[in-house]
Amino acid sequence: MTGAPLVQQPSGARAWLLSPEPASRWQARLGRFYLGWRAFSKNPLAVLGLGVVLLLILVAIFADLIAPYSPIIGGNLRTERLLPPSAAHWFGTDDLARDIFSRVVYGSRTTLWVVMLVAIIATPIGLAMGTVAGYLGGWVDTVLMRITDIFLAFPRLILALAFVAALGPGIDNAIIAIAITSWPPYARIARAETLTIRNSDFIAAVKLQGASTPRIILGHVVPLCLSSLIVRVTLDMAGIILTAAGLGFLGLGAQPPMPEWGAMVATGRNYLIDQWWVAAMPGAAIFVVSLGFNLLGDGLRDVLDPKAAK
Amino acid sequence: MTEPMLDIQNLSVVFGTGRLRVDAVKDVSFHVEPGASFGLVGESGSGKSTVLRAVCGLAPISGGRVMVNGQAVKSPRDKSFYRTAQMVFQDPYASLHPRHTVDRTLSEPLAIHGEKNAEARILEALREVGLGPSFRFRYPHQLSGGQRQRIAIARALILRPKILLLDEPTSALDASVQAEVLNLLDELRVRLGLTYVLVSHDLAVVAHLCDRLLVMRQGEAVEETTAAALRSGQAANEYTRALIQASQGFARDGVEPVLV
Repeated sequence: MTGAPLVQQPSGARAWLLSPEPASRWQARLGRFYLGWRAFSKNPLAVLGLGVVLLLILVAIFADLIAPYSPIIGGNLRTERLLPPSAAHWFGTDDLARDIFSRVVYGSRTTLWVVMLVAIIATPIGLAMGTVAGYLGGWVDTVLMRITDIFLAFPRLILALAFVAALGPGIDNAIIAIAITSWPPYARIARAETLTIRNSDFIAAVKLQGASTPRIILGHVVPLCLSSLIVRVTLDMAGIILTAAGLGFLGLGAQPPMPEWGAMVATGRNYLIDQWWVAAMPGAAIFVVSLGFNLLGDGLRDVLDPKAAK
Repeated sequence: MTEPMLDIQNLSVVFGTGRLRVDAVKDVSFHVEPGASFGLVGESGSGKSTVLRAVCGLAPISGGRVMVNGQAVKSPRDKSFYRTAQMVFQDPYASLHPRHTVDRTLSEPLAIHGEKNAEARILEALREVGLGPSFRFRYPHQLSGGQRQRIAIARALILRPKILLLDEPTSALDASVQAEVLNLLDELRVRLGLTYVLVSHDLAVVAHLCDRLLVMRQGEAVEETTAAALRSGQAANEYTRALIQASQGFARDGVEPVLV
């Protein structure tokens, strides 16, 4: 936001959003959202990160239209194996004569599926454990936090490996294993946030109105924990993608012939010196998407974390 | 004689045990008639706020008896208690949820108690504290300190309580806003027939709002007196006199320091 001087009269929509006297719940909420967006869009790297994440989502949705070849059925094994990048095959072909570009495009679905499911499973578990432990305190806090400690005591990838080995290899079990191992830090963050607000006057005030404990936790504590948790989850997305890719690389995640970036890097390892593109292309995809999530998380932290802002 | 709205007998509040034991309130008794306004005065740490917190359940009652509207309070307090007694906190910057609009803040007590026609009640509550409907969907950060305290008062009054516990309601506000809020409180008490218990370290505020008051020091009741006596400087206790003198401002040849 460098060009536009502030003297210009705000347009109708802008004035409506920034009105100091909103006329409805929605206007108040949208106004807040708009202010957040304005702060967010001042950070070019964060916008770049958001762009990458949006691109990932679009590619995953329209994979059928974007990919020129089938991701599973290869071409002629005698003539089309391990071809270098060209106009016909943008990212080259792999050892089974499959178009790598198509596989990377379809692989975005797997990646997005993993990221979404882990976020949907792990965030609520961590949030619930943390806020309940922090708000109730006492023995509830001790029990829940010791459970969290047990999970935190293991290295994440090793624990995920153990879970996948027990549950059997496959992308769904990999998702469950990653979700089970990634909630403890969220519980810790939610608990720390809860501890700072549980003794504040506005919680005492709602207690004095006769609110029940679940009502206080859900309606008053959770909204204040949510923003720092969203930031943390977004920053963790890169790690989740890498863990999923790592499990795929070890053959414990997605099973062939399912296109998954980590498993694709694993097959490319055999041809790394002579046919570099087999491993490099999916590797670059992992790198770009991880970086995108990291940049987005950084930008969100600047907007959502009240301690970092101003 | 009418039954007192709030009757406190030999209240004591203790925090912690063993070496960490703190006797915050020791053996304090007073009662407040319906429609009256009672002040609790004392320096910081004298236990005056703890008395209020013990009445509404934020601090434990370790000994003695607290009767509100003729009934001994239960622990934990039930919903009917919260419909009888409400509290206004000291710091209006801390007592409103930063992510809730005024509308949400005011509709919460109505939702908890299953009240009907929330919309009309919220608008009425805003009108009562002298704010227009334009304030309804603002966030706390869009309000000034005085406006926030008015919202806090509206929230306390929306359930139509009989007794209002005021914990230094104006000490976080600047002088002119202080006067506005005090006048609003005085007017609301007369109009709605409320009973007030006001905690303050500011003798002028207490003398303005209250008829009778209790001076506290280190958790103990020092003296119960009237606002009229306070204004004319008739105080039996030496500590009360020192407090009056302190409130009149700094004098070079001041008083003997009160030894603790």
